[in-house]
Amino acid sequence: MDSFALLLAATFNAGTVLALAGIGLLINERAGIINLGAEGMMLVAAIAGFATAVGTGNDWLAFGAGAVAGALMAAAFGLLVIWLNTNQVASGLALSLFGAGFSAFVGIGFVQAKIGERTQYAVPVLADIPFIGPAFFRQHPMVYITVLLVAGVAWFLYRSRAGLVLRAVGESPESAHALGYPVRRIRMAAVMLGGAMCGVAGAYLSVVYTPLWVEGMVAGKGWIALALTTFATWRPARILLGAYLFGGVTMLQFHLQGQGVEIPSQFLSMLPYVATIVVLVLISRNAAWIKANMPASLGKPFFPGS
Amino acid sequence: MTVTSKRSLLKLASWSTLAAAAALVGCGKKEEPPAPVAAAPASAPAPKPEPLKIAFAYVGPVGDGGWTFAHDNGRKALEKEFGDRIVTSYVEKVPEAADAERVFRDMVGQGNKLIFGTTFGYMEPMLKVAADSKDVKFEHATGYKQADNMRTYDSRTYEGAYLAGVIAGKMTKSNTLGVVGSIPIPEVIRNINSFTMGAQSVNPKIKTKVVWVNEWFNPPKETEAAQSLINQGADVLFQNTDSSAVLQTAAKNKKLAFGWDSDMTAYAPEAHLASAIINWAPYYIKTTREALEGKWQGNGAVWWGVKEGAIDIVSINDMVPAETKEQVAKIKAGLTDGSFNIWKGPILGQNGKEVLAKDAVADDKFLGGLNFYVKGVEGKVPAGK
Repeated sequence: MDSFALLLAATFNAGTVLALAGIGLLINERAGIINLGAEGMMLVAAIAGFATAVGTGNDWLAFGAGAVAGALMAAAFGLLVIWLNTNQVASGLALSLFGAGFSAFVGIGFVQAKIGERTQYAVPVLADIPFIGPAFFRQHPMVYITVLLVAGVAWFLYRSRAGLVLRAVGESPESAHALGYPVRRIRMAAVMLGGAMCGVAGAYLSVVYTPLWVEGMVAGKGWIALALTTFATWRPARILLGAYLFGGVTMLQFHLQGQGVEIPSQFLSMLPYVATIVVLVLISRNAAWIKANMPASLGKPFFPGS
Repeated sequence: MTVTSKRSLLKLASWSTLAAAAALVGCGKKEEPPAPVAAAPASAPAPKPEPLKIAFAYVGPVGDGGWTFAHDNGRKALEKEFGDRIVTSYVEKVPEAADAERVFRDMVGQGNKLIFGTTFGYMEPMLKVAADSKDVKFEHATGYKQADNMRTYDSRTYEGAYLAGVIAGKMTKSNTLGVVGSIPIPEVIRNINSFTMGAQSVNPKIKTKVVWVNEWFNPPKETEAAQSLINQGADVLFQNTDSSAVLQTAAKNKKLAFGWDSDMTAYAPEAHLASAIINWAPYYIKTTREALEGKWQGNGAVWWGVKEGAIDIVSINDMVPAETKEQVAKIKAGLTDGSFNIWKGPILGQNGKEVLAKDAVADDKFLGGLNFYVKGVEGKVPAGK
């Protein structure tokens, strides 16, 4: 029972990285921009966050540095695809490769750096409840903030006027432009916000989750977050569900191995991917529904003059 | 708005400069010229022989702090030993696939006469290139195929694992050890078994839990695997993966762990019990000397351990009792003079059946094909029989 509680705790911890990056990318894509540079942004943010944490010993400053690094990377990308109308897929891939190389380059000096003592968090009173306490209430605050953030984004997209404008820009930039909305500036803001969230995810990874810096340490989490936005059919709540599901099955397969369950570990390694895809495909198997949710102008350049 | 754009453009310009710099580094090809030497006296005009060009192909980044880092330390030791008689260069992050062949051909084209490939997956590409470049000497780590101009070398990492096990067996309170396994091949299974046997030699109640990540290098996955082992009661961890993530996860949970391949003390001094390291320098120096003196011969295979100075356990934490440290030193001495053998019967398999009869000593063939767990290791060897 106790180890099951710890398994749940580890699940939320593992899902947080994906949920943070996924929700950031969702904002991007809702505005019609697909940014394949998530992995690169997360890597640069991971080293920025790690370096800040080593220097200051403060997690929150590290998340801030990660957010700034992610937003700057995204701004470079936004400049290319929004103002210069370069191909979004190619530019995103370039950003990803650039981030991998650049982070390795600036991170050379931090490979053996040691981060300060990690704080153990516990919610007062609640953390002492048997089972529920260790499972839910001894997490890093960022785990709870992520849940609030996802709820906030859902509210913003579906209940606020600004969210409506953002979605309009993603559906039909021409119409939004005709109505007098600054399409490019809105898209740029969405891209930078998305980059900042990917940045916080990267910093969480290197400062709280792993916590270390080595070259290439994001190891594909950015790509999984990207896939998650599609499988979640661009719905915030499903991003959270998919992220926890992926994290949960990842931890479960290690747990089963430790328990000596006789399933080949290679098969178990595959499970998180299969389980996440199957579940998200099942809950969104209505094709019309996917079409209704997918931003109509996703990935298409916008020329205001034409 | 225009102001922002200009700023962004400036930013972009500076980023692209950095990108170019990063790309240069990313290629990772660095030639380290020998230190300049004082001009020879004019009275000795004897032409100096061309320095021997030596190239290394690494599977990971030099900054992995583990496997590749250890190889690069070996390369640096070569430069120190031979000075301007050699020129070394390396290419890092060479994937274990068709790309490797291109890299080896490139190394030959650049005039390298001695080439080291430092991961198992380079075996076939190296063989192919070796067949076409008879005047170049090839050295392949951890493989089993040789040629007239290619030989293999490896180190007995299981000896380091056994020594770590002795310390782990003494330091555990839960009698449950955890191992994060990389890829289930004989080398890694042998290390898990040897670690467990080392621990059982001082503490018969030891149980070892194993979790495989099926990768050599993936810090987040290694972290998750380590966390899962800790959640299930393991209090001393050991890993056969290439990063320091397991050690740092142990530190985060106030548990204990080891460094692997390179000395990892710096990553988490309070959780670091010791590091089982590989020292490639003795072999690299030996083989380079042979090449310089024209004595190098292909078709060979060496497997070096504590005896040859290739394997060691270093930076043992002060919290480890003195008697255990002495015991470790004694085992090391025994391995060096041949009086002690780790794989000497009776050794029981997982089900209690004898896999090695009393007083029988496992030969290298037995060790090379190991695909079972010894008694005390939980779970099942993936794809094992």
